[in-house]
Amino acid sequence: MAAISLNVNGKNFSLDIDPKMPLLWAIRDFVGLKGTKFGCGIAQCGACTVHLEGKPTRSCVLPVQAVIGKKITTIEGLGTEENLHPVQQAWIEEQVPQCGYCQSGQIMAASALLKEKANPTDADIDSAMRGHICRCGTYDRIRKAIKRAAKDTAKANVTGGK
Amino acid sequence: MNSDVSEAIKKTKKMSNRRDFIKTLGLSSAGLMMGLSASSKPTVIHLNGVGPSALALEINPFIVIEPNGKIILINPRPDMGQGSTQAVPSLLAEELEVRLDQVTIWQSDGKGKYGDQTSGGSSSVRALWKPIRQAGAAAREMLVKAAAQRWSVPESECYAKEAKVFHKPSGKSLTYGEVADDASKFEVPKNPALKEAKDFKIVGKYAPRLDVPARVTGKAVFGIDVDVPGMVYAVMIHNPHVFGKIVSIDDTEALKIKGVQKVLKCERPMPHRTAEAVAIIADNYWAALSAKKVVKVHWDNGTIPHTLTTDAYFKKCAEAATKEGLKGEESGDFAAAFAGAAKKVEALYETPFLAHAPMEPENAIAHVKEDGTAEVWAPIQGPDWALRDLAGYLKIKPEQIKINVALLGGAFGRKAYHDFLLEACFLSKEVKKPVKLVWTREDDITQGPYRPGMMARMQGGVDEKGNIVAYHHHPIGESIQFQVFKAPNDKPDDWICGELSQKEQKYTIPAFKVSFTHVSTEIPIVWWRSVYASNFGFSQEGFLDELIHSAGKDPLKARLEMMTDARFKKVLETLAEKAKWGEKLPAGHGKGIAVFKSFGSISACCVTVSKQGAGVKVEKVVSVIDCGHYVNPDNVKAQTEGNIVMGITAAVKKGISFTNGQAEQTNFHQYHVMRFNEMPAVEIHIVESGAEPGGVGEPGLPPIAPALANAVFAATGKRIRKLPFDLNTLA
Repeated sequence: MAAISLNVNGKNFSLDIDPKMPLLWAIRDFVGLKGTKFGCGIAQCGACTVHLEGKPTRSCVLPVQAVIGKKITTIEGLGTEENLHPVQQAWIEEQVPQCGYCQSGQIMAASALLKEKANPTDADIDSAMRGHICRCGTYDRIRKAIKRAAKDTAKANVTGGK
Repeated sequence: MNSDVSEAIKKTKKMSNRRDFIKTLGLSSAGLMMGLSASSKPTVIHLNGVGPSALALEINPFIVIEPNGKIILINPRPDMGQGSTQAVPSLLAEELEVRLDQVTIWQSDGKGKYGDQTSGGSSSVRALWKPIRQAGAAAREMLVKAAAQRWSVPESECYAKEAKVFHKPSGKSLTYGEVADDASKFEVPKNPALKEAKDFKIVGKYAPRLDVPARVTGKAVFGIDVDVPGMVYAVMIHNPHVFGKIVSIDDTEALKIKGVQKVLKCERPMPHRTAEAVAIIADNYWAALSAKKVVKVHWDNGTIPHTLTTDAYFKKCAEAATKEGLKGEESGDFAAAFAGAAKKVEALYETPFLAHAPMEPENAIAHVKEDGTAEVWAPIQGPDWALRDLAGYLKIKPEQIKINVALLGGAFGRKAYHDFLLEACFLSKEVKKPVKLVWTREDDITQGPYRPGMMARMQGGVDEKGNIVAYHHHPIGESIQFQVFKAPNDKPDDWICGELSQKEQKYTIPAFKVSFTHVSTEIPIVWWRSVYASNFGFSQEGFLDELIHSAGKDPLKARLEMMTDARFKKVLETLAEKAKWGEKLPAGHGKGIAVFKSFGSISACCVTVSKQGAGVKVEKVVSVIDCGHYVNPDNVKAQTEGNIVMGITAAVKKGISFTNGQAEQTNFHQYHVMRFNEMPAVEIHIVESGAEPGGVGEPGLPPIAPALANAVFAATGKRIRKLPFDLNTLA
């Protein structure tokens, strides 16, 4: 087994693991970041979503050998409690999470959407978020939070972040 | 013995207990654990648990005050997303006079001194409303008394605020930490003065949940996120037929996979039956998962493929529906009233088996040690129940077991069923190491336990004037009490009959009867969000709608006519106003309503649908809830939103069906749940009744399916009596 080099949240990790291991388990069990979640293992629920070169990607079916040398961002790399990403901030403002288990994936999808489309329509939001299951039923708040994040980001840009 | 001496001994004893505890706390650093991942990279997991003798301040088990001023509140109800981490400590903090951002919250560990600790039955706030506030108020009185004595001033000149005691005339103050030691020596007041609702500062007010930031930054620690030193990973191979005997296991290929340690026969203990199973033990989870694909298990399934089917079960239910059931309750003479009715309506309602499918699959770490003790870390709804189950299964004393409750990534009733926890114990005992067992989604969907599929035979009569004069609700199916708790089935299920009784649902129909027929199945069942209310709210409110239409009346006005209960009426009137009931709708639109009482709260909703080809689209749901006193209105709304989503999912997405002895659904590609783009507009309104608290986590769900079905009828004329139905075809 050759060492696999992963770049997660700007840090390099050299891991002696099965090249076919899905990125999800490498992140959780070897890099030690637990924010990315296991929900279904077949790319149906979105709980395991990370950014791969900025694009929302399901890590539960993606072998690590396919992402060597690529830039991976997890929820921990998006923002911290001290330095929240605008999407995380909006999630707090709207009090989105109930259990919160799916929210890492939801937030990774929403932040990727807003990076691509600063002012998404409802149809854009539907299309970006329909692959993400929330059993607690927070969909209505997620939509509100995405719109809030879009608005807050636009405002920050106008005022130069002041 | 001189009473002074006796008192002094008592005090010394208390103090020494207290010091011991603080020492323990210091050592355990509030449950901070250093876990090591398989790659030996340290993973620090913060799991809020309680020390073994949480009695720092000997007032009650729920409040711990350290001399440095740190205040720890113990939450005895695990948080699965319903907000108990905020709700219960808010009740304590309100009376203790602290702000929630001044305290640390720990989860109880199942020990008896914390009382009932199971999150279930929407019970946290309603069960703890008085006792937990009394615990807070008693502590506050003792702290105030201690400060007053320190200052040699009357207690009446002192008051508590934000973790300090103030002396009003002088303005001086002492922190709770400074007087905690003195306070702990007083007798606990038996009847501390509780605040009046008008004086509440926290309870009943909007407040952001302080646990939300951790839940949006990946820092919240769910069961599946816990690692402990020295642990191995386990994956289960359950029989797709749930039950069956193992003839042989071929692990040749599996053992060639790097990291796979062992493949072994094990068991899945369920309350009604223990199933044989196979487990794979490995250094890491992926190795175990990879091995699962290549282990060959030869099962002898006997007759299961013919017997374990939902068709066979519902056929038995339908047969039972042609016969009288066991009488649950009756007011008036149903048979006579029905015989004499001008119009008679009869119908059979059906609801499917459903998986809970919490986003976090079932998982647990168990360490059964050779010294006869055990420790577990798991996302479980009831550490007290788990303690009882573990002690029974491992045949050791509860004192020998330590339970660490992690956050639950959803549960909906599933994680109060401990098969996965006991499996982890079995495996740990076998391999003599801590074992981290994580179920796959396939395990979760195919193995149950499920919400039971149920039928209900409905009969009703309307007189010449259009009044409903006879009503008979006859639930038929498997019973949680009978299957899970092995209650004798010679009596009707009183959970079901009690909930559907006239006393509970308040319809003043002159002849009102509830019956029950038990039909057994081996398909494992258990409570699912709102339990039977999710089955029989549908039959009650769907059928009443049928009766009302046959009487030619308005669904809302007719319900109001049948109600004398002021709270029910207020809920329905609020719904009528908020949902603009009676306003003209665009062509092809229809509205349906339903009201149901469960877990001490009354909830009603109005669903609007629009015709779309052969089907309908759910446009809007307006929900109204009277849950009496509540803690955080925003959380009441959040829970009700969740109930709308789960209620619609239960109505229109395919449930669990067993064909040839196995579940036809294995994962989310077959077990569908409502998606983001299907979310209707929602509006939630709370009726401020100021009554004793009712539940919040479940009562919003039961009215959803019937209101939707009633809306479909209003829009299309098609009556839905069987769930699920397809929104696109109405079939």
